[in-house]
Amino acid sequence: MTATLPQHKAAGPLRGRSRPLEPAFRGVLLASLIVAVLFLIVLLSYVFIEGSGRLDTRLWENFPSKLYPERAGAQSAIVGTLYIIGLTGLFCVPIGVMTAIYLEEYADGERWYNRLIELNVQNLAGVPSIVYGILGLGIIARGLGVGRTLLAAALTLSLLVLPVVIISAREALRAVPGSIRQASLALGATPWQTTARQVLPAAVPGIATGTILALSRAIGEAAPLLLLGAVTHITFNPANITDAYTVLPIQIYNWIKQPEAEFHTLASAAIVILLLILLAMNSVAIWLRNRYQKRW
Amino acid sequence: MAATASRSAAGPSLRRSRPRYGESVIKALLLAASLVSVATTVGIVASLVPPTLRFFERIGLWDFLTGTEWSPLFEPPAYGVLPLVTATLTITVIAIAVAVPIGLAAAVYLSEYATPRTRSILKPVLEVLAGIPTVVYGFFALSFLTPLLQDHWPLGEPPEIFNGLSAGLVMGMMIVPTVASLSEDAMASVPQSLRQGAYALGSTKRITALSVVLPAALSGIVAAVVLAISRAVGETMIVAVAAGLRPNLTLNPLEAMQTMTGYIAAAGEGDLPVSSFDYTTIFAVGMLLFLATFAMNFVSIRLVRKYREVYE
Repeated sequence: MTATLPQHKAAGPLRGRSRPLEPAFRGVLLASLIVAVLFLIVLLSYVFIEGSGRLDTRLWENFPSKLYPERAGAQSAIVGTLYIIGLTGLFCVPIGVMTAIYLEEYADGERWYNRLIELNVQNLAGVPSIVYGILGLGIIARGLGVGRTLLAAALTLSLLVLPVVIISAREALRAVPGSIRQASLALGATPWQTTARQVLPAAVPGIATGTILALSRAIGEAAPLLLLGAVTHITFNPANITDAYTVLPIQIYNWIKQPEAEFHTLASAAIVILLLILLAMNSVAIWLRNRYQKRW
Repeated sequence: MAATASRSAAGPSLRRSRPRYGESVIKALLLAASLVSVATTVGIVASLVPPTLRFFERIGLWDFLTGTEWSPLFEPPAYGVLPLVTATLTITVIAIAVAVPIGLAAAVYLSEYATPRTRSILKPVLEVLAGIPTVVYGFFALSFLTPLLQDHWPLGEPPEIFNGLSAGLVMGMMIVPTVASLSEDAMASVPQSLRQGAYALGSTKRITALSVVLPAALSGIVAAVVLAISRAVGETMIVAVAAGLRPNLTLNPLEAMQTMTGYIAAAGEGDLPVSSFDYTTIFAVGMLLFLATFAMNFVSIRLVRKYREVYE
């Protein structure tokens, strides 16, 4: 609407004046976006072309090897990543959604402690991931004696993505119109009945989408796990949450650090696998959003 | 239903309804869940403080902050954090120099120029950029960008294999979506009436964007930039892969350098014994990093709140 206004060729002094700066400015803006898009294309094609020669069954049938790049695979890392997705989801989704419900549906925003919780969530979202690694190392692995295990890693990553889950779940809850709540309350439902039977079901697609995106952040994350023992070469699949583990980003990091070019090819192939897992998760998220999201 | 009917037959009851213990229990549970995030902050501080204090029992705060050599794991050890700080600053400056112009231009385009259709194509692309794992960016910097820079270096000595420049450039691209989406939010909350006013006074689109929308969204844009700096300072994997592991007191981005995060990652990998003094160095550097990013996040949150208060 308003966008068309300035281009409107009105009669009078505006007519016929050439404004070379206008298209130039627009061009510069568009060029910046194109730089970003091109960067993405180059990055993805580089990784894909580098890794394509090594994208075969060895990658998921074999275990990592430091000595024989031609025999090395990433099975333990792929299994570890899948475990991490499951465990992290198990820990952070209930806590995150409950926090979001508390802040959106119950908390009185004027109270100092509720404001503190809110500010705290916002601040946590900006804490560098390596600091969560320090938390995991100092408190979870060493302090609570969980050790450098799959459980410690999943707990640490849960805390890392918790603010993301909370913020996206709050947005989903906020998108449910107040009239739904008022109608439910007016019919005699209690606050919890209103939340559980009206608000929450309506917000589930949004919450699910946000949660999947948060989990995909967790599986791409490597920095905190460097402090939590994921660095050693793991040649077995974790069977238990108290086992040692490795995950794809860490395995990729290990291979990048090797001097041989074969390991770099291997790293590219593993990156392709990691990106495919992320793509699958994101597609599910987008599908959920488009399929179930209600327009009020 | 019947109960309600009979009650209303006895006259409207304005008394306090019977207490619903279930509701209170649920509210308490929800509150308890939200305390997990508070406990996380407490946990971060609690994990940082004791080892940091142990560190400063032996090393003076002033020596730590102004010392020009950092080699805690070698003999003789030196505990001056400045080389890590200069590396962090060098890489952050490069990353911001890339991310802010591109991100801001992208935001202006998306918010003021793009048709809904272009927006719906370009925004997801930016989101993909934000979703790529950072270790992938590090790999790209090390094995694509650095060789490219080395082959086509126009003047003087080409960059080393590990260098701050490619880490910074790639990190800048990684942060573009952060800057773009936060600035675009800020611009979107500038009321249409301001734009219409500018057009009515004869402004062109460019002048409206530059002289009306940008200043009106300034606090949000500053918040985006501050958050971007905080992300650059806290980013670990790119620098751990591409910038090198050598503490190096330099502002020359062509040399290998180790950032604060890079040191934490490298030392943390080694599984240092808890009782050792070396173990505490991780936490001392971590404390510095946490305080720096905490301060920046706080400023950023405050600024966002400010523009929300003005326009929403």
